[in-house]
Amino acid sequence: MNEPILQCTGLCKSYGNKAALNNVTLALERGRIVGLLGPNGSGKSTLIKLANGLLTPTAGEIRIAGNLPGVETHSCVSYLPERTYLSDWMTADDLLKFFADFYEDFNIDKAAEMLTRLNISAKDSLKTMSKGTKEKVQLVVVMSREADLYLLDEPIGGVDPAARDYILNTILTNYSENSTVVISTHLISDIEKVLDDVIFLNKGQISLHKSVDDIRTEYGKSVDALFREVFAC
Amino acid sequence: MQWNLTDDRPIYAQLMETITLSITSGALPAGSRLPSVRDLAAEAGVNPNTMQRALSELERAGLLYSQRTAGRFVTDQLENITQKRKELAMEQIHAFLRSMRDMGYTSEETIALIRQAIKEEEE
Repeated sequence: MNEPILQCTGLCKSYGNKAALNNVTLALERGRIVGLLGPNGSGKSTLIKLANGLLTPTAGEIRIAGNLPGVETHSCVSYLPERTYLSDWMTADDLLKFFADFYEDFNIDKAAEMLTRLNISAKDSLKTMSKGTKEKVQLVVVMSREADLYLLDEPIGGVDPAARDYILNTILTNYSENSTVVISTHLISDIEKVLDDVIFLNKGQISLHKSVDDIRTEYGKSVDALFREVFAC
Repeated sequence: MQWNLTDDRPIYAQLMETITLSITSGALPAGSRLPSVRDLAAEAGVNPNTMQRALSELERAGLLYSQRTAGRFVTDQLENITQKRKELAMEQIHAFLRSMRDMGYTSEETIALIRQAIKEEEE
């Protein structure tokens, strides 16, 4: 159990001759909520896709609970992609059944309860939902799995602030000591209080990996303020 | 509890202050049981590990104690609470005296003004 839930060793990924990730070495423990922060094009989504096996490393390796991305890791990783892959004709209810079929660790009661709390009707098809509502539904199904690692790529961008609070609260109250949540986002001030640690990615390299309170103690400012300073254009 | 968290200081330290204030004001009475870490964290909207850290530090400071199975409680050592309460009061007073001195008031003038202010409030 002491094995890192996510470990990268000398991880590199290039698209053609453009390096997206350059020699990233990183270990994440279980039971943490981690913010993956960086400007556009810094490699956040690339890192998350590598962890899901959607991309293969150019060099180095990435392991989930000791395993290379593959069938075993898919069953313990719950992934929210940056773009939706769900079929439009499905209703929220169809989607819950689909996930329950697909994933052994899917808690359908929890998902149904969250939809109710967010005032989303299970009878509505995804096609008729607004962008933000669709995002909520996706997040609900992803967070309703009892996974070891949650990888959330830009989860709250299109969601209104009130629902954002509810969703963050759900993440806080649902995650277990054994699971780790990685959230990539630009909405730092919204999620900063929820995070244990933050990782700053800059041009494909990790420029900082620290706890939120260590950053506040050391720099006397919030992570949001530090980010604006470090990545000022 | 009212959790007003600001951006410039460590979150655990601010959580400690809020809980300490609730204890010294009596909102959390001596010997009373605290909600679980998870519930407190959700209420404050913070990470449970951060809340855990704040509570551990308050235990070390003698304001809380935990019992293996029953949970976490406000201390029943009243003198710990009284002492902390006085500490907080003295901090406020020293800060106030400093700013009065900065404005050029002597101690005697300050005391006279305090008496006057109290009188006005009582009226």
